[in-house]
Order: sequence, then C-alpha cells, then structure tokens
Amino acid sequence: MIGTGKIKQYANVLDKPLGKGKQEVSLSAFAFLFSELVQYNQTQVDNISELETRLEDAGYAVGARVLELLCQRDKGNRRETRLLGILSFVHSTVWKVLFGKVADSLEKGTEHEDEYMISEKELLVNRFISIPKDMGTFHCGAFVAGIVKGVLENAGFPAVVTAHFVPVQGQQRPRTTILIKFAEEVLRREARLG
Amino acid sequence: MQREDAAQLHQFVLHAALDIVQDLAWTTSAMFLKAIDRFNDLVVSVYVTAGHTRFMLLHDSRNEDGIKSFFQEVHELYIKILLNPLYLPGSRITSSHFDTKVRALARKYL
Repeated sequence: MIGTGKIKQYANVLDKPLGKGKQEVSLSAFAFLFSELVQYNQTQVDNISELETRLEDAGYAVGARVLELLCQRDKGNRRETRLLGILSFVHSTVWKVLFGKVADSLEKGTEHEDEYMISEKELLVNRFISIPKDMGTFHCGAFVAGIVKGVLENAGFPAVVTAHFVPVQGQQRPRTTILIKFAEEVLRREARLG
Repeated sequence: MQREDAAQLHQFVLHAALDIVQDLAWTTSAMFLKAIDRFNDLVVSVYVTAGHTRFMLLHDSRNEDGIKSFFQEVHELYIKILLNPLYLPGSRITSSHFDTKVRALARKYL
C-alpha cells in the first residue's frame, strides 16, 4: 500500500549507507548557488587572480572528496597508479558524475611533455555567466580547474591546472580548455614505473 | 614502565613502516596491501585509499580476511567523515561516534 512504508531515520550520518546518491540535481539551483559563490568572493578580494585562486580552492575541496567517493562507488576499490589511468578517470568518470556527460576531448600537449588538455565546448558552470570586458582573462572555469587539481593532487599526481578560453573559427563562443601541467616528480615516477 | 614502553614501541614501529608504504603503494592498484613489515612478533598491515590516506594496523599475525573486511568498513566510515565540507582532509577526526563505531568493528573482525 502506498504510504505505509516508513523511511528509516538514522541518528547519525555515519550510520546512513553511502548509496548511489542522487543522479540528478536541479541545474537552476546549482547555477544560483555558483553565482552566489562567485559574487561573495568578488566582495572579498581586490583583484582577478585572487578571485580565481579562491574559486580554485573551493573546487579543490570538491575534487578531494569526489576522488575518494568515486573510487569507492564506481571503481570497486582500485586505485589509479598511472598517469594515463588517472587522466582518463578524470575525463570520463568524474565528468560523467559531475556534469552528466564525458568531457569532449583529452589531448596531450605538443610542446611540452608534461602538459595535457581537457576540452569542453562549454563548461556547465559557465552556462549562465557572462564576463564583462573589463575583467579580461577571468574564467569561472577556475572552479572546475580546482576540482581537477583536487582529484590529481590527492591521487598523488601534483599538477598546476588552469582554465582558458580558446577561440575557435566558425563559432561565436570560444571553447574552454583545462590545461594540466604535471610536476617534475610525476614524470620521473612515470618513467621509473615504465 | 613496561606498558608505557610498549605503547611507544608500537608507535615507532608503525611510523617506521610508513616509508615502505610509500614505495609499495605505487606498485599495485589494489587498496589492501596486506602485511608489509614485521618486528619480532608484531605485524603491520596497511590499506591505502584513493586519496593516499593510509590506514595502518599493528597486530600479532593472524586472520588476514578479517583484517581486510575491517579495513573496508573503516574506509566507508572514513569517506562519510570526509564528505563533511567542514572537515579538513588530513586533520584529526574528533567524532566520538566514529570512535565508537571503529571500536565495534574492531571487536567484530579482529
């Protein structure tokens, strides 16, 4: 019968099972929350690079938690020890859970050995944001760059991650690229592991 | 005097094993690393999570399956603590409920 079942109430969050989590969250709720986050930080800082740093730190905290949760839920307790492994984990699994689809592309940088790029036609977080001309190169994708940084650093692959607009011919809006530059020790370890 | 020494010895053995974990963690993609170090009759078993948080257990050698299940349950509890946005990863866990649950798990599996 409808309504006779009672949802079990747990006294403490540690007793609640982890479960699969909500598959969908309201986009407008997220957009409002994110816009408030950006606006609040705008009042706290003096310049653009500080604002980007703050957004990145917010994303870092998310990344650290997403890494642990997803490895437990989707990967059956197996850690990533190789560079390509962790990159494809970010590119598919993380993106799928956070944005509902895998990232558009994952490329290796041509100029430097330690650079990789994840590209997206338009980041979900930027969908309802327009940047005024006087803010120049500011990119709200710094939040997503922070998430990627959180995942990579906590998995043991320290990196510098930034978000950039890349103009594309034939399209009005520029593409977004997340640039990942790994630290020296990551490359050395990768070479050692063969 | 004996008990005090024992506690310090245990802590020393555990910390000394940290270096071994560091290297071993990169050789395998499994999380449970089994017994990685011995000292007299004490054995150190280690479980490394995706975020490279290490759970280390100092015990006298027996019951490996029980230890693996223990680690897996503690891992789930740890993730629930970590999901708290106000918890700083790497800081000390102060929840008494967490403490109670871990002790109950220890009684159950070890």
